[in-house]
Amino acid sequence: MSIYIIPEKCIGCGLCLKVCIYNALTLLERPEYPKKYKLAVIDLNKCTFCGACVEECAKYGAIVLEKEAISYQPSTISLYRGVWVYAEQRRGEIAPVVYELLNEGKRLSKKLDVPLSAVLIGDKISHYAQELIIHGAEKVYLAEDHLLKNFLDEPYSEILAQLIKEEKPEIVLFGATHIGRSFASRVAAKIDTGLTADCTGLDIDLETRNLLQTRPAFGGNIMATILTPQHRPQMATVRHKVFKKSERDTGRKGEIIKKNVDLNKFAIRTKFLEFVKDLTSKVNLAEADIIVSGGRGLGKPEGFELIKELAQLLGGAVGASRAAVDAEWIPYSHQVGQTGRTVAPKLYIACGISGAIQHLVGMSGSKCIVAINRDPEAPMMKIADFALLGDLYEIIPAIIQELKGTEPTA
Amino acid sequence: MNIIVCVKQVPATTNVQIDPKTGRIIREGVEAIINPFDEYALEEGIRLKEKFGGKVTAISMGPAQVETALRECIARGADETILLSDTNFAGADTLATAYTLACAIKKLAPYDLIVCGKQAIDGDTAQVGPGVAEKLGIPHVCYVRKIREIKDGSIWVERLMEDGYDILFTSLPALITVVKEINVPRLPSLRGMTKAKKAKINIWNAETISAEKNRIGLTSSPTTVKKVFTPPTRSGGETVAGPPEEQAKILVTKLKELKIL
Repeated sequence: MSIYIIPEKCIGCGLCLKVCIYNALTLLERPEYPKKYKLAVIDLNKCTFCGACVEECAKYGAIVLEKEAISYQPSTISLYRGVWVYAEQRRGEIAPVVYELLNEGKRLSKKLDVPLSAVLIGDKISHYAQELIIHGAEKVYLAEDHLLKNFLDEPYSEILAQLIKEEKPEIVLFGATHIGRSFASRVAAKIDTGLTADCTGLDIDLETRNLLQTRPAFGGNIMATILTPQHRPQMATVRHKVFKKSERDTGRKGEIIKKNVDLNKFAIRTKFLEFVKDLTSKVNLAEADIIVSGGRGLGKPEGFELIKELAQLLGGAVGASRAAVDAEWIPYSHQVGQTGRTVAPKLYIACGISGAIQHLVGMSGSKCIVAINRDPEAPMMKIADFALLGDLYEIIPAIIQELKGTEPTA
Repeated sequence: MNIIVCVKQVPATTNVQIDPKTGRIIREGVEAIINPFDEYALEEGIRLKEKFGGKVTAISMGPAQVETALRECIARGADETILLSDTNFAGADTLATAYTLACAIKKLAPYDLIVCGKQAIDGDTAQVGPGVAEKLGIPHVCYVRKIREIKDGSIWVERLMEDGYDILFTSLPALITVVKEINVPRLPSLRGMTKAKKAKINIWNAETISAEKNRIGLTSSPTTVKKVFTPPTRSGGETVAGPPEEQAKILVTKLKELKIL
């Protein structure tokens, strides 16, 4: 792969500099040149060949990106058929994101005209297989063993890697949960294929059967579409709450394929001891439809009592800004943002949160944002669908009153 | 203990802003920093060294300017640093990066623990840590919020989950990725900064680490970037003013109209 600039075509306009997120371009003076046009220069140590500058320079055509013809092996690639969803389960529950993956996986599998399958790994979990079929899986690969009771990267990744080698799916999707992101990374490295993290958009290029994987990068400031053109399967972890859940349809039929697992073959050096539930959060922040979040503007730890009251009334979860967590008003597990969690609820109510960029990247995917703040200039107030200007200690109780008043059952 | 900390130099995304007129990222004044999550990894490594003795080696892959980040690691308490720099490494995706780091870490054997940040704030993939562990054939635990104990060749850790935490143990050598909750990183000390100025940064290339040419860099990366674009920026909505009761009434009515409540 190589990239270069045709000096005669470059007019030194600097458009390419603006789109290069890697700072790989600079402008050189060319006083001797007609009209003293400057010349763009690429630092190959910084360039990642993303092609953004090439697209930007389309008008002048001064930047050339040459990709070598990579030894394409259509024969091997065409052996891989089918879309898989990893059906993450933990302590008697299928992760909600799995049903979203089945819905999106169904759409992709129809486009590719291949079956949709689910992979279920655990102990005494066969009863879930039918539920996955009802939600659209045409096949369920089931691997059960008492050693698989709790998720561990080592045995789980050995099993999935072995299944992939045997069955050759072209796409494998995981939820971008803590388990999914750790597990998928290990599996991809084991079978030497590409993995795209935290996707928010998926599609198929029918000509090549490539999966178009779109994901945020640079804290959500840019979006990138990633391909895995020469490797199969194409693997992706997918952000929760981006795709709709698949509908239950008890009329659906499917096949359950039990896979024998021999864990003695593998080195399992990690042991699960116990799970300790976070008692401060009644509702899982990542899966909540409604989140009420508090920030520095609360002014005191007791402020979270009000946040909790509103959250409870709405059946939502409690979130927090970094400032509130750093002040030790609420545990870290509630933190939303770059160093906390990424959430995308239907409704996000930000109370006393100014909206630093690090917080915004963690919640700007919310469908509806409500901001309550004294400062009309706060960034959160600027992006909110509804910006309520005033004292949160007056407004929140009023909202609680209003909700209670109009919903006598609540 | 022989501890290895993987570090990435990233643009300080706090400064990355979109120009409202052009919709493009404003690059001016974007400085390069140590990935914030890697600061927690480094701090944890140094704390373990202080407790058990041994040394901390910080390792990074990237162009020559990453040297600055590695010097900062020394100022914060790392003993040695290695910079993997080779034009053949450029453009690597997470798989090629994991392979390259693993090749280098093999040269540092025997090691007890590799500590990484949970993810880098530019790529946000969280894939390189587990990938390195797989390539080295050692166990890994992601999202570690606390190291409970290290004894008899094993490590007990708490793995942060969405709804609580798991307690696990694994044999050493192992790799862990850490979350912010694990510690509060110290600032570089004056003595450290003096040491950092004089420190030798070891620079290794593909040959030094015996990396196979067809497994490194852009051309050996399974994933490629097809296009990069800026997402549509979220435009603001309406401001609701008036007395609190009225604001509450308007909000609840609107949310019901939108079928959100």
